Amino acid sequence: MDKTLSSPAEAVSAIPDGAKVMIGGFGGSGAPIELIHALIDRFRETGSPKALTVINNNAGNGHIGIAAMIKAGMVKKMICSFPRSSNAEAFNEKFLAGEIELELVPQGTLAERIRARGAGIPAFYTPTSFGTELAEGKPTEEFDGKMYVREQWLKADFALIKGQQGDTVGNLTYRLAGRNFNPLMAMAADKTIAQVSELGAPGTIDPEQVITPGIFVDGVVEVANPQQEEVLVRTGVVH
Amino acid sequence: MAGFNIMEDKLSNAQIAWRAAQDIEDGSYVNLGIGFPEMIAKFQPEGRDVTYHTENGVLGFGKAPAEGEEDWDLINAGKKAITLNPGASFFHHADSFSMVRGGHLDLAVLGAYQIAQNGDLANWRVGSKGVPAVGGAMDLVHGAKRVAVVTDHVTKDGKPKLVETCTFPLTGVGCVTRVYTSLAVIDIEDGKFILREKLPGLSMEELQAVTGATLHIDGDVADLIVPEDLS
Repeated sequence: MDKTLSSPAEAVSAIPDGAKVMIGGFGGSGAPIELIHALIDRFRETGSPKALTVINNNAGNGHIGIAAMIKAGMVKKMICSFPRSSNAEAFNEKFLAGEIELELVPQGTLAERIRARGAGIPAFYTPTSFGTELAEGKPTEEFDGKMYVREQWLKADFALIKGQQGDTVGNLTYRLAGRNFNPLMAMAADKTIAQVSELGAPGTIDPEQVITPGIFVDGVVEVANPQQEEVLVRTGVVH
Repeated sequence: MAGFNIMEDKLSNAQIAWRAAQDIEDGSYVNLGIGFPEMIAKFQPEGRDVTYHTENGVLGFGKAPAEGEEDWDLINAGKKAITLNPGASFFHHADSFSMVRGGHLDLAVLGAYQIAQNGDLANWRVGSKGVPAVGGAMDLVHGAKRVAVVTDHVTKDGKPKLVETCTFPLTGVGCVTRVYTSLAVIDIEDGKFILREKLPGLSMEELQAVTGATLHIDGDVADLIVPEDLS
């Protein structure tokens, strides 16, 4: 069961117009920049995929990654917790012009909604957001004397994630705090595509060290020496 | 004695952070909110072993690295570069917020726009304009054994931040247990502000005049004394 993909371009080639796409990372940490840029390149060449719903903690920074997707006009809606960053003008401009939708989700609720889909749990109760405007219209219930808000799982057609080590059956490890949303999104999407810095044969990752088991991963592509979003933003790179 | 000037004689942010740091217990797990609350770590009293949590999946982080030594895969929730202390660990976001909501943290310290006498907190947006962003604020107010706030006692234009009812959008309901301000230390118990400490030069009447809800006294009110020159 070899899940190896030859290039980022091949890896993102099946994502259609209107897809819901989870993109891993927290800010620049663990963000699959090469996969995102391959998606933008495809859009620029073919006009597709467009009208995407993107699920990420943030809404892009600078002129690369998700910010560049938004700027290019591929994104219809962001589902995120914190669409602010040091340079969030791509999202801000579209949002204030009414050209992009925003579903704002508290960060822990976002993580749990993604995890819930991966675990096959359609809804759950959380104390987060009870009594706030983000809970408006949602069912609430009391448990042991405290009020909770019902939240639903979050589904996606594709997840684009970034790992450190991978093997050809899709087992993954992550680098430092780059883990963040990546393992959750791997579980939640119908199709999960991972870029990894090192791709090896089965057995190259000690089973004790596997963070995401290969059952959650559909395709894996090696991107040695990947770009780091924060470094690109700080050096003013434009994609 | 010269009169107390609320805007000039108040504590600096560093002094508020120092005072909050004195209450961090040995052996505790602590989350410090982005910005002002992060300053508390600097004043952690010697001899106390404290493990800091950050929402993006790190326990046991330490000081910022030297400039040029940053690894941008190793950041905190404020997206600042961090270093690791011995015994640190990484985990994914769902585990990280399980630590938060599941009651595993001993203390969370946050900033505030307004705090109501019943413990309601408003700290994520001040109105309906602009781009809203919530991050982990609404999660962090739930689950930690103590949820404290560090804040100026009044806004820049002198309005009370401690109020009967919040007028800004809420972050959480009935969640704050202690407030460290630029003038006082105040607990929230049974829907009331209980004054624990105040600056020695400040009269009860002066403090009440800049507080938007009744300050209650329950036992002694101690002098709030902090080091003069902190940076």
